Amino acid sequence: MILTSTPTRSVGPLTALRQAMTMAWRSLLQIRHKPTELLDLSVQPVMFTLLFTYVFGGAIAGSPGAYLDFAFGGLVVQNALFLSIYAAIGLATDLRQGLHDRFRSMPIARSAPLAGRLLADVVRQLWSFAVLLVVGFVLGFRPDAGPAALLGAAAVLVVFTLAFSWIPVWIGVLARDPEKVQVFGFVLVLPITFTSNALVPLDTMPGPLRAWVALNPVTAANDTLRSLLTGTTPLGPPLLATLAWSAAVTLVFATAAMRALARR
Amino acid sequence: MDDNAIEAEGLVKQFRGNVGLAGIDLRVPAGSVLALLGPNGAGKTTAVRILGTLLRPDAGHARVGGLDVVARAHEVRGLIGLTGQYAGVDETLTGTENLVLVGRLLGLARRAARARAAELLAEFGLVDAATRPAATYSGGMRRRLDLAASLVGRPRVLFLDEPTTGLDPASRVELWAAVRGLVDGGTTVLLTTQYLEEADRLADDVVVLDRGRVVAAGTPDGLKASLGGSALELRPVLADRLDVVATTARDLARGEVTVVDGAVRATVSDPDVLPAVLRRLDEAGVHLAEVSLRRASLDEVFLSLVDTPSRVDPTPRTATRTGSPA
Ligand SMILES: Nc1ncnc2c1ncn2[C@@H]1O[C@H](COP(=O)(O)OP(=O)(O)OP(=O)(O)O)[C@@H](O)[C@H]1O
Ligand SMILES: [Mg+2]
Repeated sequence: MILTSTPTRSVGPLTALRQAMTMAWRSLLQIRHKPTELLDLSVQPVMFTLLFTYVFGGAIAGSPGAYLDFAFGGLVVQNALFLSIYAAIGLATDLRQGLHDRFRSMPIARSAPLAGRLLADVVRQLWSFAVLLVVGFVLGFRPDAGPAALLGAAAVLVVFTLAFSWIPVWIGVLARDPEKVQVFGFVLVLPITFTSNALVPLDTMPGPLRAWVALNPVTAANDTLRSLLTGTTPLGPPLLATLAWSAAVTLVFATAAMRALARR
Repeated sequence: MDDNAIEAEGLVKQFRGNVGLAGIDLRVPAGSVLALLGPNGAGKTTAVRILGTLLRPDAGHARVGGLDVVARAHEVRGLIGLTGQYAGVDETLTGTENLVLVGRLLGLARRAARARAAELLAEFGLVDAATRPAATYSGGMRRRLDLAASLVGRPRVLFLDEPTTGLDPASRVELWAAVRGLVDGGTTVLLTTQYLEEADRLADDVVVLDRGRVVAAGTPDGLKASLGGSALELRPVLADRLDVVATTARDLARGEVTVVDGAVRATVSDPDVLPAVLRRLDEAGVHLAEVSLRRASLDEVFLSLVDTPSRVDPTPRTATRTGSPA
């Protein structure tokens, strides 16, 4: 019962892109009506950065400043993962109301509703990344990165979080309930970022945990960001691992999500 | 097929053992209105979703505007507008933004989309609410916005799933007028409803569904005439003469006779019964306070067609059942 497999010629790629951008515009319009969302996108990263830097920083790294140099990349990744549930929340809301059916009954690309949500998330991610860079700068973090490295960091962040947002999207399609997506996001993101080397160095952890932390895709993303932002650690291996993980997660969960979406 | 905007043959849809549709045929001539009537769970929404390309039938075929709804779904979507049973509007967006969104998706330029939105908002009395988020709308306003959204692309064929459920009588009449206006402009409309009056007022043809089957079809008047007969009501001045009246009615009307609220009601198919009854009662010296003979209402026809047990929906639905059945 997969409607997408109908032989009907749908729309061309350019039109599909335009429709996705219209959908993204719509998703971002929500910010205009609920400016508090912009606060969500800004307050949480600021709060987490302040908390970790000043509460744990001294204990972990000797001083808040030294800690920030170590943890900033990880804080950026953690924050980005928290944001990666927006697309899923939006999609679940559309599914729950009749809106998704309206879109499906229109002569538009099948991909447009979800692609638009994901595109809007990219904008959110970039905004939040910029906020974090400013906060970090105010607290004394000086990225040793040129424009190319900063752009690279943003790109890696976008690729990584887009890949991981397929997991909540899949949940959202199955549950059709934005609140479940939110709960799930928290339950997934908290442990996966805390069991990475985002906030605490790997070599302080006990053996078995260390094995997982080294494998954890979030660790790879942290190290990639660290490398790009500070230039003090190697870039190649973590970047490769991050991209490989992103591809794998996308392959598995995008397939599952698309299949569940078509089955409705 | 040229003159039928909607055609369906033998549509079947099963849901994990639940019958959605058990094989229905439909034919809606272009420019006419068909009402799908039926109790909860009859299969109305299932039929609309198949015709609106949201659901694939397990068996059977359907064409809208001559195009197969499965094989040429994308083209069919270009012809239709669909207002589902659950409102298809973005609650966080304003009325204008909702309509502009649909217009932009349909390929209108920004300015054209705005103009079309303004036109529809005016048509549906939403100008004052145009800049408020739809979340602040009343149920009736949301319904109107939903209908307006289906009309942005000027569809030739319009599907309305219970368009007036939850509307107050005044809004209902307004919506009827809007639908009639569209039909006058040449649009073909298929609507579902549980209100027989609605079918009576709006539809050229009525199809009554029950448990996924067509149990009756015809014009509203035809259905009433063929199935209902006429309802005779006699109210004696003195309540103690009710027995006499009832006996007389039983003798002459032959149909079912009931006594309700101090009046005798009978169903008659032969109009000559009325003078005969009156003559007999006059001879018996019974004075009548009230006499009426009228066409059976569509409600009476409906209830006589639909099995009572099926009116209890087999799958209990909670108020939170949302989105749409797959
Ligand atoms: N997704 C689904 N899964 C299981 N059963 C379903 C699903 N959708 C519909 N059904 C069943 O199919 C039958 C027809 O449902 P449908 O929604 O078409 O009825 P309806 O006439 O629109 O009823 P209502 O007046 O309550 O809207 C019902 O028995 C319903 O329980
Ligand atoms: Mg229904």
